[in-house]
Amino acid sequence: MIQIAFINGNKRFFLEERLMMKKRKIGHARGHGHGHERKKGLRALFPSLFRARARARVRARSSLLSLFFLLLLLASCERGRPSNPPEEQALRMSIHTEPPTMDSRRATDTTSINLIHMCFEGLLREDGPGVASRFEASDDKMRYTFYLRDAKWSDGTPVTAFDFADTWTTILSPNFPSEFANELFVIKNGRAFKAGKAAKEDLGIKVIDDKTLEVNLEHPTTYFTQLVATSYFFPYKNDVGNGPFKMVSWKHYDEMIMIKSETYWDKDKVKLQKLFFPIIQDETTELSMYESGELDWAGQPFSTIPLDSLQTILKTHTMQTIPLAGVYYYIFNTEKPPFNNVNMRKAFTLAINRQTIIDNILQGKQMMALSYIPPNLWKEKSKPAFSDHDIADAKKFFALGLKELGGKLPTITLSYNTSEGHHKIAQAIQQQWKEAFGVDVQLENKEWKVFLSEINKHQYQVARLGGLAAYNDPVTFLDEANTDRTGWKNADYDKFIEMARQATDAKTREELLHQAETVLLEDMPLAPIYFYTSSYLEKPYVKGVVFTNTGQIDLKYAYIHH
Amino acid sequence: MLTYIIKKFWILLLSLFLVATLTFFLMHAIPGDPFTQDKAIPEEIMAALKKHYGLDRPLWVQYLSYLKGIVTFDLGPSFKYEGRTVSEIIMQGFPISLELGAEAIFLAIGLGISLGTLAAFNHLRWQDQFVMFFAVLGVSLPSFIVATALQYVFSMKLELLPVARWGSFTHSILPAVSLSLLPAAFIARLTRSNMVEILQQDYILTARSKGLAPFRIAVVHVLRNALLPVISFLGPLAAAVLTGSFVVEKIFGIPGLGGWFVMSVVNRDYTVIMGTTLFYSACLMVCVLVVDILYCLIDPRIKLNERVAET
Repeated sequence: MIQIAFINGNKRFFLEERLMMKKRKIGHARGHGHGHERKKGLRALFPSLFRARARARVRARSSLLSLFFLLLLLASCERGRPSNPPEEQALRMSIHTEPPTMDSRRATDTTSINLIHMCFEGLLREDGPGVASRFEASDDKMRYTFYLRDAKWSDGTPVTAFDFADTWTTILSPNFPSEFANELFVIKNGRAFKAGKAAKEDLGIKVIDDKTLEVNLEHPTTYFTQLVATSYFFPYKNDVGNGPFKMVSWKHYDEMIMIKSETYWDKDKVKLQKLFFPIIQDETTELSMYESGELDWAGQPFSTIPLDSLQTILKTHTMQTIPLAGVYYYIFNTEKPPFNNVNMRKAFTLAINRQTIIDNILQGKQMMALSYIPPNLWKEKSKPAFSDHDIADAKKFFALGLKELGGKLPTITLSYNTSEGHHKIAQAIQQQWKEAFGVDVQLENKEWKVFLSEINKHQYQVARLGGLAAYNDPVTFLDEANTDRTGWKNADYDKFIEMARQATDAKTREELLHQAETVLLEDMPLAPIYFYTSSYLEKPYVKGVVFTNTGQIDLKYAYIHH
Repeated sequence: MLTYIIKKFWILLLSLFLVATLTFFLMHAIPGDPFTQDKAIPEEIMAALKKHYGLDRPLWVQYLSYLKGIVTFDLGPSFKYEGRTVSEIIMQGFPISLELGAEAIFLAIGLGISLGTLAAFNHLRWQDQFVMFFAVLGVSLPSFIVATALQYVFSMKLELLPVARWGSFTHSILPAVSLSLLPAAFIARLTRSNMVEILQQDYILTARSKGLAPFRIAVVHVLRNALLPVISFLGPLAAAVLTGSFVVEKIFGIPGLGGWFVMSVVNRDYTVIMGTTLFYSACLMVCVLVVDILYCLIDPRIKLNERVAET
């Protein structure tokens, strides 16, 4: 038919073709009944194309098959997976984010600080002596003298008192961009030097000789021995380290490799020969790699165990949990109603059911925070300042507060930074507050830095925060400017803090800090929720990994034992 | 042709300038700065930090000095990653993303066009339905699900391929497949619908009646015409895939460039935001330009010079 049409002229052919197309379309519309006819028509239209199609089908099939075989071949040629058994005395531990820096003078994030602790060492360690074999403190605790041992940098040059003095001076100098320089303000004239109001010579850092360093402080500082154990006070030198391990390679965003340092003064105690830190951003991937034997460690301190997998993990693995010197809490804006009212703050704090949050959401054996300062920072055991889920008292305070506010309660918004964990906790607390007071609290989540700049401007009512101890002393939480964000001021509190600052006796000082905390919790500008823990999985052959009181991982004594 | 490319080049430069300006001011308009963190920083320290990075200067001075930096190819240091420059970050991540992206695009084109062709030549038959089912799946499944599923099956269960990380070719298979599924599905759909339309065109019949070999008809007459829309889709796709995917690179622990686009904004790492945005824009524009040129090579009816003359 088409042949004839073609012979008879183009016009007719086009007409026929159009007709066919119309028919085909109708066929589609009417459904499958006409399918067979249509197929026949098509086949008649393009017989050779259909042959081509058949050929194409075979081609496609065979190319798919060959692709599959190629993949199989490649997979078998190359080592399919690098799940080789761990090398003797090598530890493989993934890190969650690229460490922003390995310069101890600038590091403020936990990843960098933990890694810096492996490559560098301060005058003292949290658990004993470090580069300094001994030290002397004056009776007023305002002058410390450190006597350095024969420690060496990884390039073999000696670690001297000058190294410490230079590093500290650099951190405090007005032009150096160090975010934690305020931790060094205990050094005499440190603050003034930073602000450009004192000269370098006025600083309380005095090098007596290569091996003796004298430090004069602004005020009595019983915890200075704890301060010099933090990375803020580590000596720094370009491209070398003085810690138990030394870094040999750092492929950004990919992996970091360290080996045992042969110049470390206490190298005989170090058993691990190699540390391998691949950077794996995804926690689930990390867990998969742990399960397939590519990692010896999963979870904190460099990463976290994903909340979703917790249930399954707990069934098959033993998860280790250690307390961490850190607290998760909500702050109240004490400048705006209703939380300018102390009874309202108390009511909302007491109504929180911390145990259910820990049992159902966090599931990491966290401890209820019934005080503000993590208990492991105190020398003596601390007592809870209030009780959990105290609905009776909460209701009483609420009624009192409502009366004082004139019976009107503005809409309350609870703000937190965008994260699944924070969201779940906020939802639970929203529910608990509704049950206790019948109040509908709005939830509002914001991007981290947007959130922070808003609470810095006091544009919030209740907001989430969390804090980790910068050093092993309670004052790290009391000195912190976090109460500034609540707009809360209290003369008694300031008095106790100042008295503690002047105290030269550790026990009296602890007592004063306790009193400051008590004042804080009487006024409740913040509602403590839980104390952080650190959870991780380790392969059974990993031994001797210890954590410091502040939660720093210490691999100095770790080893592999099959 | 050459005049067209030169003209396009100037437009590209102008667009980059606009992108730089817009990004610069938008970026500074978002609350928070590189140093905002949960622990409040005392004033004197904040002042020292801002001074060090030049953030204490008026915004327009910062803008001018940044523009000067772009012209001299100095994108500045990262605020967050101490001691690393933006150029270093891009130079380190891009080759990896490029390699992975190239693999993914290659796979997407191969898979997409062959499946699309298969479907078109079997219009409304089971092969077609199968391909379309696959295409709908590919378009609607987010890459993180595909990636996690592939990881689970091929690495955890079958133990054929590594779970994550970058290194050998085997490391790139799973991420490349997860990256390619969405574009492959898109290309398959595009190819199919275009081919079906073209198969009904009169000139196919003409070609057939002139006695041309079926293979020649399929490749020269059908595919060549059907590919035009696919190619225009490929331009932006190539730019997106070659510069790396945040999700896929994160799941497979690949040190590519993809993560920097997101992380730089999260960190308010101003220089990195600018650097990666400009780099991406430049890539995108170059890809679009390449598509224009390809167009004219594939379809002689399109004359680039004429278009220039018209405008």
